[in-house]
Order: sequence, then C-alpha cells, then structure tokens
Amino acid sequence: MNKELKLMKGNEALAEAAIRVGCDAYFGYPITPQSEILEYLTREAYERTGMVVLQAESEIASINMIYGAAGAGKKVMTSSSSPGISLMQEGISYIACAELPCVLVNVVRGGPGLGTIQPSQGDYFQTVKGGGHGDYKLIVLAPSTVQEMVDHVKLGFELAFKWRNPVMILTDGALGQMMEKVELFPQIRRTTEVPEWATVGKPKTRERNIITTLHIEADKMQEINLHLQKKYKEIEQEEILYEASGCDDAEFVLVAFGLVARICQKTALLAREKGIKVGVFRPITLFPYPFNELNKLADRAKGFLTVEMNAGQMVEDVRLAVNGKIPVEFLGRMGGVVPTPEEILQTIEEKFVGELV
Amino acid sequence: MNEKRMTEEQHFEEMIAEESICIADNLVFEKPETLLDTPMHYCPGCGHGVAHRLIAEAIDELGIQDKTIGVAPVGCSVLAYQYLNIDMSEAAHGRASAVATGIKRVLPDKYVFSYQGDGDLAAIGTGETLHTCNRGENILIIFINNGIYGMTGGQMAPTTLPGMKSTTTPFGRDVKIMGNPLKITEMIAQLPGVYYCTRVAVNSPVNVRKAKKAILNGFKYQDHKKGLSFVEIVSNCPSNWKMNPVESNKWMEENMFPFYTLGDMKVPNLNLPSESKGE
Ligand code: SF4
Repeated sequence: MNKELKLMKGNEALAEAAIRVGCDAYFGYPITPQSEILEYLTREAYERTGMVVLQAESEIASINMIYGAAGAGKKVMTSSSSPGISLMQEGISYIACAELPCVLVNVVRGGPGLGTIQPSQGDYFQTVKGGGHGDYKLIVLAPSTVQEMVDHVKLGFELAFKWRNPVMILTDGALGQMMEKVELFPQIRRTTEVPEWATVGKPKTRERNIITTLHIEADKMQEINLHLQKKYKEIEQEEILYEASGCDDAEFVLVAFGLVARICQKTALLAREKGIKVGVFRPITLFPYPFNELNKLADRAKGFLTVEMNAGQMVEDVRLAVNGKIPVEFLGRMGGVVPTPEEILQTIEEKFVGELV
Repeated sequence: MNEKRMTEEQHFEEMIAEESICIADNLVFEKPETLLDTPMHYCPGCGHGVAHRLIAEAIDELGIQDKTIGVAPVGCSVLAYQYLNIDMSEAAHGRASAVATGIKRVLPDKYVFSYQGDGDLAAIGTGETLHTCNRGENILIIFINNGIYGMTGGQMAPTTLPGMKSTTTPFGRDVKIMGNPLKITEMIAQLPGVYYCTRVAVNSPVNVRKAKKAILNGFKYQDHKKGLSFVEIVSNCPSNWKMNPVESNKWMEENMFPFYTLGDMKVPNLNLPSESKGE
C-alpha cells in the first residue's frame, strides 16, 4: 500500500490520528495553543467514524466526561494546555485510581499562572510525579516531531488498554503549532468489544460492575495502592522507550525530551564540527523513565548536560539516574523562551570543555 | 352471637393451622430485584432508603436492569452502588452529571441516571448541573434536597432555609451573609434542554407514589430522546436536623414544603407528533 504522506500542523495531525485509531469519543474545552484539536475533530470526526466530539463547559467537566465514557469501556481522549490540565488533576487522580484507560494530551504552554501561550516544558513535574492527589502514575509519552504526535496517539491507546492506565502525551505549543511532513496510518475501525469491567448495563449473567475509587477501610485502600504500585513496577520493566544518538563515542551527552531534543541534535552536529564528541539521549517515555540506560551511559561519558524549557525538572531524574558518577549540568529557558543550538553548545564549552582544557 | 364468634375463631385457627396466609398469592410487599439485600448505612428514618427503593422498583417495572447505568455522588449516598444491583460509577464531588454525560454520549441507547445531594448538585457541581441540563442530555438526574450536608456532619447547604441552623450557621442562616437558598430546580426548569422537571417527596404514602411515578417518567422519557429529566426529592436528615424521624418529617412538611413547593414544573407535551417519525 502507498504511504499516505501529508504536511500537517502538530495539533491537527494528532487529531487526525485520534480519528484513525478508532477513538470513540473526545471531550474538550478550548485553550491556546491546542484549540485546533477540538476544532479539527468537530469538523472531521463524526462524519467519518461516528466518533462523539463534545465541547464541554470546562476542563473539569471534560475530564469527568472522560471518566464516565472510559468507564463504559470506550476509547476516549481529551486534550488541553497547562492551566486546563491543572484543572483536570482531580479527575486524573480518580481515573488513575479507577484504572480507566484513556489518552490525555497536554500541549504545554509557559507558566506559572496564566503565563504565556508560548511553548514550555514546565509541566514535567505535574505530569511525571503526579499532579493530582495520592500515589499514582500516568504513562507519559513525549513526542519530539509531528510524526510522533501521530504515532503516540496509537501507541498511547495500546498502552492505556494494555495496562488499564491513563496515558499522557506531553507535548508543547511549538510542536502543536509547527507543520511537518507526516506519514498517516490507515483508518482502524472503531471496536464494538466491551471490556469485562465496563459499566454498560448488567446482564443477568454477570455480577454488577462498579467503578469507584472509594475504599473506606484502610486495609482495602492499602491493597488498592499496592496493586497500583505493582502495576507501575511492571510498566517500568516493559515499556521504557528512549532514543540515543551519537552516544556510543560521546564524551558529553545532552539529555533532553520533546522539542528540545531536536534542538540538541543540531548542537551535537555543531559540536562535532568543532571536534567535541557530543551525543543526545532522549527519553521518549517520561514514565517509565530510562534510569538504568542513563546510569550505564554515565560509565562512558564525562558529563551530561540536561536541557529543558523549564527551571530544571527532568534534571532531577537524570541526577538520580547518574547517582553522582559524573557531573550533570543544567541549561533551562523558561516562560516560552526556546533555547538555541548555539547557546547549548556554548554551555557545553563553558561547563565541560573549558574545565578540561 | 357467641356461637358465631366461636365459629370465626375456629375458622381463623384453621387458617393459621394450614399456614394458608403464608402462600405466595397473599404476598403484598417484597424486595425489588434490583435492590440488593445489603443493610443500608443510612440513618433510621432517612429518605435516602426510600428513594433507593423507588429507583429499584422503577428499574424492575420497566425491565431495564441490564440497560441501566447509575452514577453516585459524593455525600451520604456515595455508597449507593452497594444497594442497587446495576452497573454503577461513583463520581467526584459535584461531577456526577458530567460523568453521566460521558456514559450517555457513548451509550445513547442505555438508561443513565445520576443521584445527587444538594451540596453535590447545587454547590460544588452547579456548573456541571446547569450545562448538563442545558445540553439536554437524555439522562435522569435525581436530586435529593434535605437542606444540609449530611455526610460531613451537618454544615450549611446551598438549600439550607433562611434562619435554619447548621454547624456552619450556628445562629441560623443569615441571608445577608450567606445569601438565599438556591432554588436550582426552578432555575433549570427554564432551560429548553430540560424535558421534564418535577419536585416530589417521600414523606407519606401518597407522596411516595408520586415520587415513584416521577422516577418512572425520568427513565421512560429517555426513550423520547428529547432532553433531560430532573426529579427533585425534598427529603429529611433526622441526624443533622437533630430530630427523630417523625419530628423530621413534620418539620419538613411545615418548613421545607412551603419553600420548596411540590409539584411538576415542566411536563412534556405528549400530544406532539410522535418523535419516532425520524428527525
Ligand atoms: S446524615 Fe442525614 S442524609 Fe445522611 S444518612 Fe443520615 S439522615 Fe440521611
């Protein structure tokens, strides 16, 4: 079959992928820089697959509609940007505890507060460490291209249903808005299969299904927690994704996720032109996080530079992974400022090369 | 006369001897199939138990146990799913109508209802309530209004009456400080998305019958696909009103009913041309 190639905006490519993956419902609320997702779906989805698309009155309502529809066993998705995702945190905690599969998308903008509509990675902590109450984990995918915005929707639903766990695609305003060539996968039919746990009406042949996160007895609630933690451990064993480029012979490794990893690729080229051996390590899953891989890499490299569009969030995990073996430096830009390849190179030279000379 | 009485007594004894009153034909009251045989956690004399029973009866009568999904709120009825033998989802505080929307939108041919108290529906969840009603979701919302927060121990609710005492209005609700009780049912009755809107109570046999009818309507009207059904049940909270059940019913009749008038606020015009003609 011929490849289906298109030039698409990140947000629209993601929306197109949602239709093609056979998503049953999308509930969302407009917020820049991701409103194109809701707009695209209201325009395209129902006609093509019968997918439900509903503009809710708030992000709080959308995440609870997700909770209801995911509980009915359907493939459901919502998207928002940072302040909207903050509003959803209560619902996300419920969804994680009730073990409902769904795909959530955060097209991150600069915060805190109302902040800016420019791109940022300031929601790493909120997403990876649990922005809502209680001990829970989202499976977190961090695309770095428009192509991955498409691929991660498909992968996201696979993982969500495999683990009965919410999946967050953590992207940013720049990836959402930029146009790139994408290869689209063929339309997948919406399934009529009903998971055995779903609330769809109780036939005489089975016990009733209850979706709840309330377990008043401490022992029972501890049991639920232990079960969740066991599941997260298994996810850590099985689902880690990362990309290491030029790391084999690298003296210095740039560690970055999402858009910033692409900027780092350019830095690595510039550095090698100057004779400095620089590699790029990009975690694709932020939970589960490639701790062991980074730790092994630290045996070979002389120093890591973590680059993020925030004040230093993922760098804490890089330092945990490296565990003091080598220096881990940090370069951060905030509030919507995107770091340039040149300033990253300059930081490498200042922090590492200069010292070694 | 003496003789006749003897005969009656003898006849009665005979009947008992035959255990003939215990036959199935004489059964006048039984547990609905949809109601589980679980002891309820509700306080003695509380309206929740009756309301649950009516839902179960309605589901049985309509034969829709296998097609019904309920949504429980946060509040005294947070554990409603322990008593009803149907698929149920428990929602975050105030969000039951959004959860019900999510379910109904992906399962449009199933019967979906939410069961919510006054704090849940008319305080923290006002936004969701209003917009769910306004969108005309084809669901049933059952709203238990007892003018108080039961589960958290008797704090003021949006529907607490003027002057009424609660743990957070210890001198009575001062409307100058706390505003007036919110008549949310009157508010949402105005919305075109609301198909059926009524206020009932479960304090007397007559009112219980009316409440049952209203709940039945709320399920049946979902077939019409014409909008939302909203059934407010004015109820009591003997524990937090600090009254015994009998006193609480009397207090409700004397104080709640004059403020929250019972009766239909909106009924569908069923003489309209049939909606089955296709739209
Ligand atoms: S606290 Fe009030 S509303 Fe709650 S169960 Fe007891 S009597 Fe009923």
